[in-house]
Amino acid sequence: MGIHQKTKSLTSRHSALADTFFQLKVLNGNALTDKHFPLFSKKIKEAGFSDGVLKPTRIEIFQLNIGKLCNQTCAHCHVDAGPDKKEENMGRESLEKCLEILAAHDIMTVDITGGAPEMNPHFRWFVVECRKLGKKVMVRCNLTIIVSNKKFHDLPVFFAEHQVEVVSSLPHYSAHRTDAQRGDGVFDDSIKAMQMLNAVGYGKENSDLKLNLVYNPTGTFLPGNQASLESEFKRQLKRKFDIDFNSLYAITNMPISRFLDYMLENGQYETYMQTLLDAFNPSAVAGVMCRNTISVGWDGYLYDCDFNQMLDLKVTSKGTHINDFDLSALESRDIVLNQHCYGCTAGAGSSCGGQVA
Amino acid sequence: MDKKHYFEPEDLKKFGNIGEWQKPMADKFFDYYGEVFKEGALTEREKALIALAVAHTVQCPYCIDAYTSGCLEKGADEEQMMEAVHVAAAIRAGSSLVYSTQMMNHAKGIVM
Repeated sequence: MGIHQKTKSLTSRHSALADTFFQLKVLNGNALTDKHFPLFSKKIKEAGFSDGVLKPTRIEIFQLNIGKLCNQTCAHCHVDAGPDKKEENMGRESLEKCLEILAAHDIMTVDITGGAPEMNPHFRWFVVECRKLGKKVMVRCNLTIIVSNKKFHDLPVFFAEHQVEVVSSLPHYSAHRTDAQRGDGVFDDSIKAMQMLNAVGYGKENSDLKLNLVYNPTGTFLPGNQASLESEFKRQLKRKFDIDFNSLYAITNMPISRFLDYMLENGQYETYMQTLLDAFNPSAVAGVMCRNTISVGWDGYLYDCDFNQMLDLKVTSKGTHINDFDLSALESRDIVLNQHCYGCTAGAGSSCGGQVA
Repeated sequence: MDKKHYFEPEDLKKFGNIGEWQKPMADKFFDYYGEVFKEGALTEREKALIALAVAHTVQCPYCIDAYTSGCLEKGADEEQMMEAVHVAAAIRAGSSLVYSTQMMNHAKGIVM
Protein backbone atom coordinates (compact mmCIF):
# COMPACT_ATOMS: atom_id res chain seq x y z
CA MET A 1 0.00 0.00 0.00
CA GLY A 2 1.07 3.62 -0.42
CA ILE A 3 1.47 5.89 -3.38
CA HIS A 4 4.65 6.96 -5.10
CA GLN A 5 3.80 10.44 -6.42
CA LYS A 6 4.09 11.01 -10.15
CA THR A 7 5.08 14.66 -9.94
CA LYS A 8 5.04 17.74 -7.70
CA SER A 9 2.61 20.64 -7.79
CA LEU A 10 3.43 23.51 -10.14
CA THR A 11 3.54 25.77 -7.10
CA SER A 12 6.15 23.70 -5.27
CA ARG A 13 8.20 23.47 -8.48
CA HIS A 14 8.01 27.29 -8.82
CA SER A 15 6.79 26.75 -12.38
CA ALA A 16 5.81 29.83 -14.39
CA LEU A 17 2.51 27.99 -15.08
CA ALA A 18 1.56 28.26 -11.39
CA ASP A 19 0.57 31.81 -12.44
CA THR A 20 -2.86 31.47 -14.07
CA PHE A 21 -2.32 34.63 -16.11
CA PHE A 22 0.74 32.97 -17.65
CA GLN A 23 -1.35 29.90 -18.55
CA LEU A 24 -3.82 32.17 -20.36
CA LYS A 25 -0.94 33.80 -22.23
CA VAL A 26 0.20 30.37 -23.44
CA LEU A 27 -3.34 29.40 -24.48
CA ASN A 28 -3.57 32.60 -26.51
CA GLY A 29 -0.20 32.18 -28.20
CA ASN A 30 1.52 34.95 -26.26
CA ALA A 31 4.02 32.93 -24.22
CA LEU A 32 6.15 29.83 -24.87
CA THR A 33 4.39 29.40 -28.23
CA ASP A 34 3.30 31.83 -30.92
CA LYS A 35 0.66 29.47 -32.24
CA HIS A 36 -2.72 31.20 -32.41
CA PHE A 37 -5.80 29.04 -32.68
CA PRO A 38 -9.16 30.53 -33.79
CA LEU A 39 -10.91 32.19 -30.87
CA PHE A 40 -13.38 29.86 -29.17
CA SER A 41 -16.01 32.62 -29.05
CA LYS A 42 -15.66 33.08 -32.81
CA LYS A 43 -16.01 29.34 -33.32
CA ILE A 44 -19.27 29.15 -31.37
CA LYS A 45 -20.57 32.19 -33.22
CA GLU A 46 -20.06 30.25 -36.45
CA ALA A 47 -21.93 27.38 -34.78
CA GLY A 48 -24.96 29.64 -34.30
CA PHE A 49 -24.47 31.09 -30.80
CA SER A 50 -25.22 34.73 -31.44
CA ASP A 51 -22.32 37.12 -30.98
CA GLY A 52 -20.16 34.26 -29.69
CA VAL A 53 -21.88 34.48 -26.30
CA LEU A 54 -22.89 31.52 -24.17
CA LYS A 55 -25.64 31.95 -21.58
CA PRO A 56 -26.67 29.68 -18.71
CA THR A 57 -29.82 27.62 -18.97
CA ARG A 58 -30.65 27.36 -15.27
CA ILE A 59 -28.37 26.71 -12.28
CA GLU A 60 -29.10 23.16 -11.15
CA ILE A 61 -25.70 22.12 -9.75
CA PHE A 62 -23.80 23.86 -6.96
CA GLN A 63 -20.26 22.58 -7.34
CA LEU A 64 -17.88 23.33 -4.50
CA ASN A 65 -14.17 22.88 -4.70
CA ILE A 66 -13.54 22.68 -0.97
CA GLY A 67 -9.79 22.53 -1.20
CA LYS A 68 -6.68 21.69 -3.12
CA LEU A 69 -5.26 19.37 -0.46
CA CYS A 70 -4.91 15.85 -1.86
CA ASN A 71 -3.07 12.63 -1.07
CA GLN A 72 -2.22 12.27 -4.78
CA THR A 73 -0.31 14.45 -7.26
CA CYS A 74 -1.64 13.25 -10.61
CA ALA A 75 0.30 14.23 -13.72
CA HIS A 76 -2.73 15.77 -15.44
CA CYS A 77 -4.43 17.50 -12.47
CA HIS A 78 -6.21 20.69 -13.52
CA VAL A 79 -6.43 21.83 -9.88
CA ASP A 80 -2.67 21.53 -9.25
CA ALA A 81 -3.70 19.71 -6.08
CA GLY A 82 -1.37 17.80 -3.82
CA PRO A 83 -0.21 17.07 -0.28
CA ASP A 84 1.56 20.46 -0.14
CA LYS A 85 -1.68 22.46 -0.61
CA LYS A 86 -2.45 23.05 3.05
CA GLU A 87 -3.69 26.66 2.79
CA GLU A 88 -6.17 26.72 -0.09
CA ASN A 89 -9.01 24.88 1.66
CA MET A 90 -12.52 26.09 2.47
CA GLY A 91 -13.18 27.11 6.07
CA ARG A 92 -16.26 26.52 8.19
CA GLU A 93 -17.58 30.05 7.78
CA SER A 94 -17.66 29.80 3.96
CA LEU A 95 -19.28 26.37 4.14
CA GLU A 96 -21.98 27.80 6.44
CA LYS A 97 -22.58 30.57 3.90
CA CYS A 98 -22.95 27.92 1.17
CA LEU A 99 -25.55 26.12 3.30
CA GLU A 100 -27.48 29.40 3.64
CA ILE A 101 -27.45 29.79 -0.14
CA LEU A 102 -28.55 26.19 -0.68
CA ALA A 103 -31.36 26.55 1.88
CA ALA A 104 -32.63 29.68 0.17
CA HIS A 105 -32.55 28.46 -3.42
CA ASP A 106 -34.00 25.66 -5.44
CA ILE A 107 -30.64 24.23 -6.50
CA MET A 108 -31.02 20.50 -5.91
CA THR A 109 -27.55 19.02 -6.52
CA VAL A 110 -24.42 19.66 -4.46
CA ASP A 111 -21.28 18.40 -6.17
CA ILE A 112 -18.28 18.36 -3.80
CA THR A 113 -14.82 18.20 -5.27
CA GLY A 114 -11.20 19.04 -4.49
CA GLY A 115 -8.32 17.93 -4.07
CA ALA A 116 -9.48 15.08 -1.96
CA PRO A 117 -12.54 16.78 -0.41
CA GLU A 118 -12.62 14.23 2.41
CA MET A 119 -9.39 15.76 3.75
CA ASN A 120 -11.19 18.99 4.59
CA PRO A 121 -11.93 18.74 8.35
CA HIS A 122 -15.49 20.07 7.83
CA PHE A 123 -16.34 17.64 5.04
CA ARG A 124 -18.55 15.16 6.92
CA TRP A 125 -20.45 17.85 8.78
CA PHE A 126 -21.11 19.68 5.52
CA VAL A 127 -22.40 16.53 3.78
CA VAL A 128 -24.80 15.83 6.67
CA GLU A 129 -26.11 19.43 6.60
CA CYS A 130 -26.66 19.31 2.82
CA ARG A 131 -28.63 16.08 3.20
CA LYS A 132 -30.75 17.67 5.94
CA LEU A 133 -31.70 20.31 3.37
CA GLY A 134 -32.86 17.48 1.10
CA LYS A 135 -30.15 18.07 -1.50
CA LYS A 136 -28.65 15.36 -3.67
CA VAL A 137 -24.96 15.14 -2.71
CA MET A 138 -22.22 13.96 -5.04
CA VAL A 139 -18.64 13.51 -3.90
CA ARG A 140 -15.73 13.35 -6.33
CA CYS A 141 -13.70 10.78 -4.42
CA ASN A 142 -10.25 9.79 -5.66
CA LEU A 143 -10.76 6.29 -4.13
CA THR A 144 -7.26 5.98 -2.64
CA ILE A 145 -8.15 8.39 0.16
CA ILE A 146 -10.38 5.64 1.58
CA VAL A 147 -7.41 3.31 2.19
CA SER A 148 -4.79 6.02 2.80
CA ASN A 149 -5.35 6.29 6.55
CA LYS A 150 -7.41 4.47 9.18
CA LYS A 151 -9.51 7.57 9.81
CA PHE A 152 -10.87 7.33 6.26
CA HIS A 153 -11.59 3.57 6.22
CA ASP A 154 -15.21 4.16 7.24
CA LEU A 155 -15.93 6.58 4.38
CA PRO A 156 -17.90 3.98 2.37
CA VAL A 157 -20.19 3.45 5.38
CA PHE A 158 -20.52 7.21 5.89
CA PHE A 159 -21.35 7.73 2.19
CA ALA A 160 -23.93 4.95 2.32
CA GLU A 161 -25.59 6.23 5.50
CA HIS A 162 -26.10 9.62 3.89
CA GLN A 163 -26.98 8.36 0.40
CA VAL A 164 -24.05 10.19 -1.18
CA GLU A 165 -23.40 9.54 -4.87
CA VAL A 166 -19.73 8.63 -5.33
CA VAL A 167 -17.97 9.73 -8.53
CA SER A 168 -14.45 8.38 -8.81
CA SER A 169 -11.58 8.71 -11.23
CA LEU A 170 -10.23 5.54 -12.73
CA PRO A 171 -8.50 6.32 -16.01
CA HIS A 172 -7.98 2.67 -16.90
CA TYR A 173 -8.65 -0.92 -15.87
CA SER A 174 -4.96 -1.53 -16.47
CA ALA A 175 -2.64 -0.81 -13.52
CA HIS A 176 0.09 0.46 -15.80
CA ARG A 177 -2.13 3.04 -17.54
CA THR A 178 -3.66 4.24 -14.27
CA ASP A 179 -0.39 4.49 -12.33
CA ALA A 180 1.33 6.30 -15.22
CA GLN A 181 -1.10 9.17 -14.69
CA ARG A 182 -1.95 9.05 -10.99
CA GLY A 183 1.13 7.61 -9.26
CA ASP A 184 2.56 4.16 -8.63
CA GLY A 185 0.33 2.17 -6.31
CA VAL A 186 -2.82 4.18 -7.08
CA PHE A 187 -4.41 1.38 -9.09
CA ASP A 188 -4.08 -1.26 -6.35
CA ASP A 189 -5.43 1.13 -3.71
CA SER A 190 -8.29 2.17 -6.03
CA ILE A 191 -9.28 -1.47 -6.49
CA LYS A 192 -9.34 -2.04 -2.72
CA ALA A 193 -11.44 1.10 -2.24
CA MET A 194 -13.94 0.07 -4.92
CA GLN A 195 -14.27 -3.35 -3.31
CA MET A 196 -15.00 -1.62 0.01
CA LEU A 197 -17.64 0.55 -1.70
CA ASN A 198 -19.17 -2.54 -3.33
CA ALA A 199 -19.22 -4.29 0.05
CA VAL A 200 -21.61 -1.67 1.48
CA GLY A 201 -23.82 -1.79 -1.63
CA TYR A 202 -22.30 0.81 -3.96
CA GLY A 203 -22.55 0.05 -7.67
CA LYS A 204 -24.61 -3.09 -7.09
CA GLU A 205 -27.67 -4.05 -9.07
CA ASN A 206 -30.93 -3.07 -7.33
CA SER A 207 -29.07 -0.72 -4.98
CA ASP A 208 -29.76 3.02 -4.75
CA LEU A 209 -26.12 3.68 -3.91
CA LYS A 210 -24.44 4.95 -7.05
CA LEU A 211 -20.77 4.48 -7.85
CA ASN A 212 -19.87 6.19 -11.12
CA LEU A 213 -16.41 6.16 -12.59
CA VAL A 214 -14.63 8.88 -14.52
CA TYR A 215 -12.46 7.88 -17.45
CA ASN A 216 -10.03 10.36 -18.90
CA PRO A 217 -7.37 9.61 -21.50
CA THR A 218 -3.93 8.87 -20.11
CA GLY A 219 -2.21 11.02 -22.72
CA THR A 220 -2.79 13.52 -25.49
CA PHE A 221 -5.65 11.79 -27.23
CA LEU A 222 -9.43 12.11 -27.05
CA PRO A 223 -11.74 9.77 -25.17
CA GLY A 224 -13.45 7.15 -27.31
CA ASN A 225 -17.13 6.24 -27.31
CA GLN A 226 -18.40 6.45 -23.72
CA ALA A 227 -20.82 3.52 -23.94
CA SER A 228 -18.18 1.27 -25.47
CA LEU A 229 -15.62 2.23 -22.82
CA GLU A 230 -18.18 1.66 -20.08
CA SER A 231 -18.98 -1.86 -21.25
CA GLU A 232 -15.27 -2.74 -21.49
CA PHE A 233 -14.53 -1.29 -18.02
CA LYS A 234 -17.47 -3.27 -16.60
CA ARG A 235 -16.32 -6.48 -18.23
CA GLN A 236 -12.68 -6.13 -17.19
CA LEU A 237 -13.27 -4.92 -13.61
CA LYS A 238 -15.80 -7.71 -13.02
CA ARG A 239 -13.58 -10.36 -14.56
CA LYS A 240 -10.37 -9.34 -12.82
CA PHE A 241 -11.56 -7.97 -9.46
CA ASP A 242 -15.28 -8.77 -9.11
CA ILE A 243 -16.02 -5.03 -9.03
CA ASP A 244 -19.36 -3.48 -10.03
CA PHE A 245 -20.13 0.15 -10.82
CA ASN A 246 -23.01 2.09 -12.39
CA SER A 247 -21.90 4.46 -15.15
CA LEU A 248 -18.65 5.55 -16.74
CA TYR A 249 -18.22 9.24 -17.56
CA ALA A 250 -15.70 9.91 -20.33
CA ILE A 251 -14.01 13.27 -19.80
CA THR A 252 -11.56 15.06 -22.08
CA ASN A 253 -8.29 16.36 -20.61
CA MET A 254 -8.33 20.14 -20.46
CA PRO A 255 -5.26 21.97 -21.74
CA ILE A 256 -4.58 23.78 -18.46
CA SER A 257 -2.47 23.48 -15.32
CA ARG A 258 -0.41 20.28 -14.97
CA PHE A 259 -1.72 18.75 -18.20
CA LEU A 260 -0.66 21.92 -20.03
CA ASP A 261 2.74 21.66 -18.33
CA TYR A 262 3.04 17.99 -19.35
CA MET A 263 2.22 18.83 -22.98
CA LEU A 264 4.63 21.76 -23.16
CA GLU A 265 7.40 19.59 -21.67
CA ASN A 266 6.73 16.87 -24.24
CA GLY A 267 6.20 19.09 -27.28
CA GLN A 268 2.57 17.97 -27.56
CA TYR A 269 0.72 21.20 -26.85
CA GLU A 270 0.10 22.45 -30.38
CA THR A 271 -0.82 19.00 -31.70
CA TYR A 272 -3.31 18.45 -28.87
CA MET A 273 -4.94 21.88 -29.32
CA GLN A 274 -5.26 21.14 -33.03
CA THR A 275 -6.83 17.76 -32.17
CA LEU A 276 -9.40 19.53 -29.96
CA LEU A 277 -10.08 22.09 -32.67
CA ASP A 278 -10.41 19.51 -35.46
CA ALA A 279 -12.89 17.60 -33.28
CA PHE A 280 -14.97 20.73 -32.47
CA ASN A 281 -18.57 19.59 -32.39
CA PRO A 282 -21.16 22.38 -32.66
CA SER A 283 -23.85 20.11 -31.19
CA ALA A 284 -21.78 19.66 -28.00
CA VAL A 285 -21.87 23.39 -27.21
CA ALA A 286 -25.46 23.45 -25.96
CA GLY A 287 -24.79 20.75 -23.36
CA VAL A 288 -21.63 22.07 -21.70
CA MET A 289 -21.75 22.07 -17.91
CA CYS A 290 -21.17 25.80 -17.36
CA ARG A 291 -24.75 26.32 -18.54
CA ASN A 292 -26.32 24.56 -15.52
CA THR A 293 -23.56 24.70 -12.90
CA ILE A 294 -22.05 27.31 -10.65
CA SER A 295 -18.60 26.57 -9.30
CA VAL A 296 -17.48 27.81 -5.89
CA GLY A 297 -13.81 28.16 -5.00
CA TRP A 298 -12.24 27.43 -1.60
CA ASP A 299 -12.20 31.19 -0.89
CA GLY A 300 -15.87 31.66 -1.77
CA TYR A 301 -15.47 33.20 -5.23
CA LEU A 302 -17.82 32.08 -7.99
CA TYR A 303 -16.87 30.68 -11.38
CA ASP A 304 -18.59 29.26 -14.46
CA CYS A 305 -16.86 25.88 -14.01
CA ASP A 306 -14.01 24.19 -12.15
CA PHE A 307 -11.66 24.90 -15.08
CA ASN A 308 -12.40 28.64 -15.11
CA GLN A 309 -11.87 28.49 -11.35
CA MET A 310 -8.39 27.05 -11.82
CA LEU A 311 -7.61 29.80 -14.36
CA ASP A 312 -8.97 32.39 -11.90
CA LEU A 313 -11.60 33.54 -14.41
CA LYS A 314 -14.38 34.69 -12.08
CA VAL A 315 -18.01 35.10 -13.16
CA THR A 316 -18.71 38.41 -14.84
CA SER A 317 -22.10 39.08 -13.24
CA LYS A 318 -22.90 41.19 -10.21
CA GLY A 319 -22.01 39.20 -7.09
CA THR A 320 -18.81 37.32 -7.71
CA HIS A 321 -18.60 35.90 -4.17
CA ILE A 322 -20.85 33.70 -2.01
CA ASN A 323 -21.35 36.69 0.30
CA ASP A 324 -23.07 38.54 -2.57
CA PHE A 325 -24.82 35.53 -4.13
CA ASP A 326 -27.46 36.68 -6.64
CA LEU A 327 -29.07 33.79 -8.49
CA SER A 328 -31.00 35.84 -11.04
CA ALA A 329 -27.89 37.87 -11.93
CA LEU A 330 -25.90 34.65 -12.29
CA GLU A 331 -28.55 33.06 -14.49
CA SER A 332 -28.45 35.97 -16.92
CA ARG A 333 -24.66 36.34 -17.04
CA ASP A 334 -22.39 35.83 -20.04
CA ILE A 335 -20.22 32.76 -19.44
CA VAL A 336 -16.49 33.53 -19.53
CA LEU A 337 -14.93 31.78 -22.51
CA ASN A 338 -11.32 31.18 -23.44
CA GLN A 339 -9.26 28.80 -25.55
CA HIS A 340 -9.37 25.92 -23.03
CA CYS A 341 -13.14 25.68 -23.71
CA TYR A 342 -12.28 23.65 -26.83
CA GLY A 343 -11.74 20.78 -24.37
CA CYS A 344 -15.48 20.63 -23.56
CA THR A 345 -16.70 20.75 -27.17
CA ALA A 346 -14.41 18.16 -28.81
CA GLY A 347 -15.92 14.95 -30.15
CA ALA A 348 -18.91 13.89 -28.09
CA GLY A 349 -18.27 16.82 -25.73
CA SER A 350 -17.18 16.66 -22.13
CA SER A 351 -18.49 17.67 -18.73
CA CYS A 352 -18.23 16.54 -15.12
CA GLY A 353 -21.04 14.13 -16.04
CA GLY A 354 -19.24 12.76 -19.10
CA GLN A 355 -20.06 13.23 -22.76
CA VAL A 356 -22.77 15.71 -23.68
CA ALA A 357 -23.61 15.15 -27.36
CA MET B 1 7.38 22.44 -52.47
CA ASP B 2 9.87 21.53 -49.77
CA LYS B 3 9.48 17.76 -49.59
CA LYS B 4 12.25 15.82 -47.90
CA HIS B 5 10.65 12.43 -47.25
CA TYR B 6 8.30 10.07 -49.02
CA PHE B 7 6.22 9.91 -45.82
CA GLU B 8 5.19 13.17 -44.14
CA PRO B 9 3.03 12.89 -40.99
CA GLU B 10 1.10 15.98 -42.11
CA ASP B 11 -0.05 14.12 -45.24
CA LEU B 12 -2.36 11.90 -43.16
CA LYS B 13 -4.60 14.92 -42.61
CA LYS B 14 -4.86 15.33 -46.38
CA PHE B 15 -6.31 11.84 -46.87
CA GLY B 16 -9.79 13.30 -47.28
CA ASN B 17 -8.55 15.40 -50.20
CA ILE B 18 -8.32 12.38 -52.52
CA GLY B 19 -11.89 13.27 -53.48
CA GLU B 20 -10.63 16.40 -55.24
CA TRP B 21 -9.57 14.31 -58.23
CA GLN B 22 -12.19 11.55 -58.12
CA LYS B 23 -15.11 12.40 -55.86
CA PRO B 24 -17.65 9.60 -56.41
CA MET B 25 -15.09 6.87 -55.76
CA ALA B 26 -13.64 8.70 -52.74
CA ASP B 27 -17.12 9.21 -51.29
CA LYS B 28 -17.92 5.52 -51.71
CA PHE B 29 -14.61 4.53 -50.14
CA PHE B 30 -15.02 6.83 -47.09
CA ASP B 31 -18.64 5.75 -46.57
CA TYR B 32 -17.54 2.12 -46.68
CA TYR B 33 -14.57 2.82 -44.39
CA GLY B 34 -16.81 4.55 -41.87
CA GLU B 35 -19.31 1.70 -41.96
CA VAL B 36 -16.60 -0.93 -41.45
CA PHE B 37 -15.26 0.70 -38.29
CA LYS B 38 -18.66 1.20 -36.60
CA GLU B 39 -19.47 -0.94 -33.58
CA GLY B 40 -21.05 -4.16 -34.86
CA ALA B 41 -20.54 -7.83 -34.07
CA LEU B 42 -17.03 -6.67 -33.20
CA THR B 43 -16.51 -3.68 -30.90
CA GLU B 44 -14.82 -0.50 -32.12
CA ARG B 45 -11.88 -1.42 -29.89
CA GLU B 46 -11.51 -4.89 -31.42
CA LYS B 47 -11.65 -3.41 -34.92
CA ALA B 48 -9.00 -0.82 -34.01
CA LEU B 49 -6.71 -3.58 -32.68
CA ILE B 50 -7.17 -5.60 -35.89
CA ALA B 51 -6.45 -2.44 -37.91
CA LEU B 52 -3.29 -1.83 -35.88
CA ALA B 53 -2.06 -5.36 -36.55
CA VAL B 54 -2.83 -5.09 -40.27
CA ALA B 55 -1.14 -1.67 -40.37
CA HIS B 56 2.07 -3.33 -39.21
CA THR B 57 1.72 -6.05 -41.80
CA VAL B 58 1.21 -3.64 -44.69
CA GLN B 59 3.82 -1.37 -43.04
CA CYS B 60 1.76 1.78 -43.50
CA PRO B 61 3.20 4.52 -41.25
CA TYR B 62 0.03 6.60 -41.52
CA CYS B 63 -2.12 3.67 -40.43
CA ILE B 64 0.24 2.86 -37.55
CA ASP B 65 -0.03 6.43 -36.20
CA ALA B 66 -3.79 6.55 -36.76
CA TYR B 67 -4.55 3.20 -35.12
CA THR B 68 -2.10 3.65 -32.24
CA SER B 69 -4.12 6.74 -31.30
CA GLY B 70 -7.36 4.95 -32.22
CA CYS B 71 -6.62 1.95 -29.98
CA LEU B 72 -5.75 4.20 -27.03
CA GLU B 73 -8.86 6.32 -27.58
CA LYS B 74 -11.03 3.23 -27.58
CA GLY B 75 -9.57 2.05 -24.28
CA ALA B 76 -6.95 -0.50 -25.30
CA ASP B 77 -3.69 -0.55 -23.36
CA GLU B 78 -0.08 -1.12 -24.42
CA GLU B 79 -0.14 -4.83 -23.62
CA GLN B 80 -3.17 -5.46 -25.84
CA MET B 81 -1.67 -3.38 -28.64
CA MET B 82 1.65 -5.20 -28.54
CA GLU B 83 -0.15 -8.57 -28.49
CA ALA B 84 -2.06 -7.48 -31.61
CA VAL B 85 1.23 -6.69 -33.37
CA HIS B 86 2.60 -10.07 -32.31
CA VAL B 87 -0.41 -11.71 -33.94
CA ALA B 88 0.51 -9.94 -37.19
CA ALA B 89 4.17 -10.87 -36.75
CA ALA B 90 3.33 -14.52 -35.99
CA ILE B 91 1.20 -14.80 -39.13
CA ARG B 92 4.00 -13.22 -41.16
CA ALA B 93 6.57 -15.61 -39.70
CA GLY B 94 4.24 -18.56 -40.10
CA SER B 95 3.42 -17.67 -43.68
CA SER B 96 7.15 -17.87 -44.52
CA LEU B 97 7.79 -20.96 -42.45
CA VAL B 98 4.85 -22.90 -43.87
CA TYR B 99 6.54 -22.69 -47.31
CA SER B 100 9.36 -24.75 -45.82
CA THR B 101 7.13 -27.78 -46.38
CA GLN B 102 7.57 -27.09 -50.10
CA MET B 103 11.33 -26.86 -49.56
CA MET B 104 11.28 -30.11 -47.63
CA ASN B 105 9.15 -31.85 -50.30
CA HIS B 106 11.42 -30.70 -53.06
CA ALA B 107 14.61 -31.54 -51.17
CA LYS B 108 13.33 -35.00 -50.31
CA GLY B 109 12.68 -35.59 -54.00
CA ILE B 110 16.24 -34.83 -55.06
CA VAL B 111 18.45 -36.04 -52.25
CA MET B 112 19.56 -39.59 -51.58
